[in-house]
Amino acid sequence: MQPIIQIQGVGKTYASGFTALKSVHLDIQRGEIFALLGPNGAGKTTLISIICGLVNASSGRVLADGVDIVDDYRQARRLIGLVPQELTTDAFESVWDTVSFSRGLFGKPADPAYIEKILRQLSLWDKRHSKMLALSGGMKRRVMIAKALSHEPRILFLDEPTAGVDVELRRDMWEMVRGLRDNGVTVILTTHYIEEAEEMADRIGVISRGELILVEEKDTLMQQLGQKQLHLILQTPLATLPEALGQYNLSLSEDGGRLTYTFDAHQETSGIAELLRVLSTEGIDLKDLQSQQSSLEEIFVSLVHQPEQNQ
Amino acid sequence: MNLNGIRAIYLFEMNRTRRTLMQSVISPVLSTSLYFIVFGTAIGSRMGEIDGISYGAFIIPGLLMLSLLSESISNASFGIFFPKFSGTIYEVLSAPVSPFEIVAGYVGAAATKSLIIGALILLTARVFVDYSIAHPVWMLAFLLLTALTFSLFGFIIGVWANDFQQLQVIPLMVITPLTFLGGAFYSINMLPEPWHTLTLFNPVVYLINGFRWAFYGVADVHMGLSLGMTLLFLLICLTAVWWIFRTGYRIKP
Repeated sequence: MQPIIQIQGVGKTYASGFTALKSVHLDIQRGEIFALLGPNGAGKTTLISIICGLVNASSGRVLADGVDIVDDYRQARRLIGLVPQELTTDAFESVWDTVSFSRGLFGKPADPAYIEKILRQLSLWDKRHSKMLALSGGMKRRVMIAKALSHEPRILFLDEPTAGVDVELRRDMWEMVRGLRDNGVTVILTTHYIEEAEEMADRIGVISRGELILVEEKDTLMQQLGQKQLHLILQTPLATLPEALGQYNLSLSEDGGRLTYTFDAHQETSGIAELLRVLSTEGIDLKDLQSQQSSLEEIFVSLVHQPEQNQ
Repeated sequence: MNLNGIRAIYLFEMNRTRRTLMQSVISPVLSTSLYFIVFGTAIGSRMGEIDGISYGAFIIPGLLMLSLLSESISNASFGIFFPKFSGTIYEVLSAPVSPFEIVAGYVGAAATKSLIIGALILLTARVFVDYSIAHPVWMLAFLLLTALTFSLFGFIIGVWANDFQQLQVIPLMVITPLTFLGGAFYSINMLPEPWHTLTLFNPVVYLINGFRWAFYGVADVHMGLSLGMTLLFLLICLTAVWWIFRTGYRIKP
């Protein structure tokens, strides 16, 4: 099936000479939740802004449902909803008016029943007559989502959707995004909360210094790149690491009571069985064993710091 | 054509006017009425006629033009500057609306507000000064053309301005002096040389005189020249707006 978004060699160099994106290629599949991870200034927002028509690309092109976003901008933009990072709303407008305005702007005829439905879904119905300036940050964020959904888009961009949002609202939003995906909406979110991507995404792209350095299924990424650690709690603490264990990737805790063995989860043999045999030969008795998978955050940090180390 | 999009922008802007009725409508009508009271009724009664027109009636086209220019510019410039300033412009730029539709929404609303204010000023003037309109169709045509042209000019200023000070610079430092010196309160034929010739380089002279001709059938410059200059300025503004959207100047990096 044709990807719903095709990004083909998109680059962006601003008038100041700053290159925010370097020839990015990426396909977003229909109905998936795609998380774009990257540190601040990596180019996440620039990429989203180009797809949504807020920034002109310096090179390359983007297709939305097979339609060029520049040549056929009307058709392309009708498919797309955007929730920007900043809470930018007209302070004096009411919730109802601002959401209705968005629907009209995107060329849709007025549909009070639909607006009511999304306001209720986002727990905004009781606030429909409130002015934007009277709302809390979390409520404003919900209104931004309602505005983006007002024209029934098939693709939704969420730029840092839970930045500055409390834990409860964050979990509500995750639920809402999953609900949208279940209704066939493709969701692309940028975040620097690894927890968010880990919790929600089907696929993850990591962007750093304007380059897409990795795109992978989240589960595969976790499985393939995740380092595993085996913690061995010793019956009797060791003063130093015995010579026979020198060939293993082992570290001894300060109190000598714990050995930590780090290994790649994707390798065919972990070396655990052999290590346990050597420990037994050396007369080191174990009290307990714990294994731990590295988090997406650790994978992310190692990925974005790789180029730095290579330089 | 995204008619719903144009309608959304237009109604959004008109709602803003409704919310700020005192500032947007009442205030300019009141301040122009003060001119009619002071110059039309109080001082005007002691002044002689100009071109066979009482002084109070003579200044109506110029004062109307002064309000029309300043209101068109300020309405349209604020209309596009504020979304740019607050960031809400993202929604317009990401919507399936063409540059023409964006301009139609913002400039259409600004021109409508100016026309409403113009109509209210004309009605108010009637209370203080007796006047007649010799060519009502031409008067309406000049009114519409001026409101449209200067709303477009205001749109350009709103896009260009980076802060509130820049937003005010052109209306206050350029348009108001040009209107005062463009024959709003006097006939430019009363000026000695070289001021008379110099004044002919002031574009507002042609706007005021076209309007005055439509009111009283007399003017300092030919009506055809006035119409030509107004249309030329409209063309310049349309070209500038086209260039803004083609290059993304200050709205789309």
